[in-house]
Amino acid sequence: MKDLQLTCLREDEKATLRLRALFARYGYRPYRMSKFEEYDLYVRNKSFLLSDHVITFTDTDGKLMALKPDVTLSIVKNSKASEGGLEKVFYNENVYRVSRGGESFREIMQVGAECIGEIDEYGLCEVLLLAAKSLETLSHSFVLDLSHMGILAAVLDGLGLTDASRAELLACIGDKNLHTAREICRREGVSPEGEAALELLITSYGEPSRVLPLLRKGLPKESCGALLDQLERILDALSPAIPEGRLHVDFSVIHDCRYYNGLVFKGFIEGIPTGILSGGQYDALMQRMGKRAGGVGFAVYLDLLEELAKPRTDYDVDAVLLYGEEDPPAKVASAVERLSADGKSVRAQRGLQEDQRYRELWRLQGEEVTLLEADA
Amino acid sequence: MKQMLNIALPKGRLGEKVYAMFEKAGFPCPSIKETNRKLIFENEEVGVRYFWVKPSDVAIYVERGAADVGVAGKDILLEYEPDVYELLDLGVGVCRMAVAAREGFRDDGARTLKVATKFSRIAKAHYASLGRDIDVIHLNGSIELAPILGLSDVIVDIVETGTTLKENHLEVVETVLPISARLIANKSGFKFKSERIEQIVRGLSMQTEEQA
Repeated sequence: MKDLQLTCLREDEKATLRLRALFARYGYRPYRMSKFEEYDLYVRNKSFLLSDHVITFTDTDGKLMALKPDVTLSIVKNSKASEGGLEKVFYNENVYRVSRGGESFREIMQVGAECIGEIDEYGLCEVLLLAAKSLETLSHSFVLDLSHMGILAAVLDGLGLTDASRAELLACIGDKNLHTAREICRREGVSPEGEAALELLITSYGEPSRVLPLLRKGLPKESCGALLDQLERILDALSPAIPEGRLHVDFSVIHDCRYYNGLVFKGFIEGIPTGILSGGQYDALMQRMGKRAGGVGFAVYLDLLEELAKPRTDYDVDAVLLYGEEDPPAKVASAVERLSADGKSVRAQRGLQEDQRYRELWRLQGEEVTLLEADA
Repeated sequence: MKQMLNIALPKGRLGEKVYAMFEKAGFPCPSIKETNRKLIFENEEVGVRYFWVKPSDVAIYVERGAADVGVAGKDILLEYEPDVYELLDLGVGVCRMAVAAREGFRDDGARTLKVATKFSRIAKAHYASLGRDIDVIHLNGSIELAPILGLSDVIVDIVETGTTLKENHLEVVETVLPISARLIANKSGFKFKSERIEQIVRGLSMQTEEQA
């Protein structure tokens, strides 16, 4: 019976169960919240959202409310953690937003973990480890890309650019667009050293053992040295716990620097065309929301699991049990129990329905059930 | 068997030119040159699968993962902003996005400028950078007709040789941006097939450097 229950679950439901168990194992407590939030919260932090479309409605007291398009903002808003304290929570919530490239709202199951308060390096490592383990829970063929907004900011600060050119270059790093980055550098008169550092951020990606020495050699020591030390310590701590080749350094992972300041990361699964996991350190968001604490966390977008090609089910049900008008309900119920005892799904009905697909066809005759048809 | 790399190419002359570059880069697929109605062409030995798609759809195929890499015009990338890596400027399909109007037209800035275009996002971004108030009229084709019939003051469109404009007594007022074909890659596909995609980038960039 247990097996039957598991096979009945959708992939996202199974994943939710596994991820909840994973987070609970590391002492994260479940966080449950209302489906609605005051719209004002999202207006003030619109760029933090993946899409700026929000479903709104007016509550009975006249307040403009929204169906949650995101969970992290609500957790941060309600967090009581301050200096010295630490909250570790996980959630699985439906959020409502327009997916990228889509044209209408969708209900999306989002599962995630957040660590808020005084976060030390172990705290960062733990969240990254949970991110990697979350991906591994979903598929063995995954990659977790790790980037550092501090290093990106340090290199860009050194180029002395206008805000508009800086934004253009940041977009080039995100798109691995070396040719346009070079054009902008030429246009803005960036120094050869600055251009070389920028090129390094675009072209150096992959396994930490290969990428870190390149970064050490090519990035300015005074502005990036300490940040690279931190990145290296974290990667060293994570490496033994994450399967080889699954953890990459890749600066094309870029989050909005108004909210994210340190480590940022994105998780990919082979067969799913976009990142299924996204997260990072959002101390800047905490400050914007008046919280004197740090924050790091991630979300897994489970709706994307549908993208993984799976064989379609060939049958609507394992067995169809036909019964007659005169058969008493108790006998039908008992026959269903007997047939389903070995984990089969059984549907009892009076007559066959058009287009119904089943493995076995049974008929209740008196006390007995007789097999009429069976697929090989 | 080699892991298959799916490549979306734009139908037409540009696609044929680009395929020749892929072939030279070490990713041939002789069946693509056969005259038939097939849509997909494979070379299992090399591990490539090519397919022709409408040029404006290449970015969608790549963003959604149906293709690992593809070739799309910069105009399409700017207009639709697909979430893909832009790995290389191939230096082919070179043209420009330009503002054109009837010969002798002068924008005195006294009223809202009516702009007809297929590229609404690019037009809006261009005029926003100039602080000019515009009314965008989105059209799907024959853009040049709009200023002739008084539907719009100007058009924002791709200009190659300028012959069509000239024949219709239109002229380029200003260039918005240069356009050329770009090699793009799916972000997730890139993580799992990076070695092969890098081979393509190397093979193609050798050719673009030679051209330059």
